[in-house]
Amino acid sequence: MDLHHTPTPAGQEYLPEKRALLLDYTLQLADTSLILGHRLSEWCGHGPILEQDLAMANIALDLIGETRSLYQYAAELEGQSRTEDDLAYLREAVHYKNPLLVEQPNGDFAHTILRQFLFDGYHFLLLQQLQNSPDQRLAAIAAKSFKEASYHLKWSSEWVIRLGDGTEESKARLLKAMDHLWMFSGELFLMTETEQQLAQAGIIPDSASLLPQWEAHVAKVFAEATLEVPQNVFMQKGGKIGRHSEHLGYILTELQYLQRAYPGLEW
Amino acid sequence: MSQQKDWPLWEVFIRSKQGLDHKHVGSLHAADAEMAIQNARDVYTRRMEGVSIWVVESKHIHASNPDEAAAFFDPANDKVYRHPTFYEVPAEIKNM
Repeated sequence: MDLHHTPTPAGQEYLPEKRALLLDYTLQLADTSLILGHRLSEWCGHGPILEQDLAMANIALDLIGETRSLYQYAAELEGQSRTEDDLAYLREAVHYKNPLLVEQPNGDFAHTILRQFLFDGYHFLLLQQLQNSPDQRLAAIAAKSFKEASYHLKWSSEWVIRLGDGTEESKARLLKAMDHLWMFSGELFLMTETEQQLAQAGIIPDSASLLPQWEAHVAKVFAEATLEVPQNVFMQKGGKIGRHSEHLGYILTELQYLQRAYPGLEW
Repeated sequence: MSQQKDWPLWEVFIRSKQGLDHKHVGSLHAADAEMAIQNARDVYTRRMEGVSIWVVESKHIHASNPDEAAAFFDPANDKVYRHPTFYEVPAEIKNM
C-alpha cells in the first residue's frame, strides 16, 4: 500500500451506473456467505462429533469473516450512511440476493454436507477467478477467502465420499439430500443481469463459464463416493433476484431479532 | 455418537514453527489418517498454533510400564557424573 496517498473512497473510479452494479453484486456475495454461515452456525453444539462440530463452526466463521469484508465494501460503494450492520440486520428478505441453495435448512449431517459441497465447488472456482478482478477490493477479499474456500471444498468433498461410500444408512441419507438439494445447484451458475454486465466489463468472472469445471469436480467426487450425478433435474431459481423460499424469512427473523427489538444495540 | 466409539483414537503432534520439534498436544477420534489430520487442523490449530501436523494411531504408541518406573528411572538418580558439569569451561568460551 502506498502510504503517501490518502485512499480515495471506494468505487470512486466507477461511473454511478457501474458502481450501482458493483454494489448489487457485492451484496449478492455478502448475502450468500452470511446466510450459509448462519445456517452452519446453527450446528454449533449439535455436531455429530466434537471435531466436526468445531469444523462447521470454523467454516461458519470463515464465511462470516468474508461477509463482513463484503458488507463493508458494499457500504462504502453505496456511500450513504448505512453500515455493514445495517446491511446485514436491517434489510427485508426480498432485498436479499443469495441463491436458494444456501438458505435450505440443515436437515441431517448428510444434508448439510451435500449443501456445503455443492456450494464449495462453486465458491472455490468463483474466488479463484475473482482474485484477478481489476476491482482491487473484490480481488483482495477473494484472495483471502480463496484459501479458506480451498479447505472447505477439501473438507466437504472428503465427507461426500465417506457418506456415499460409507454405510447403507449414510448413503441413503445422502441420496435423500440429493433429492432435495440438487435442484438448487443450477442457480449458482445462472447469471443475473448485474452479473452479465459486470462480466462483460471484465470486472467479475463469467460464472456460467465455471460450470464445466464444477461439473468435472462433482463427477470425480461422486464417482469415488459411488453416487450418480443426477440428470435432467428441473433447476429452481429466484433467490439471486429476491424471490426466496419461505426459509429465508425464518432465518432473518432469528438473525435480525436483536437489532429489530433493540435498534443500535452493541455489546 | 454411536459411531464414534468405533473410530480409533489418534495422538496429535503439532510443530508450532519451522525448526522446532513436533510436540504432543492431545488426541482425537477419527476414521482414518486423512480425517485425523483434518480434525486435528480444526481442533488444535484454530489459533495459529501450528505449521505442521503429525497424527499417529494411539495403538501404535508403546509406552513404558508405570509399574517398572522404579527399575527404569531411579538408577539414574545417583549418577550425577553423567551431567557434563565436572570439567571447567575455558573462560574464552562465552556461550555454553
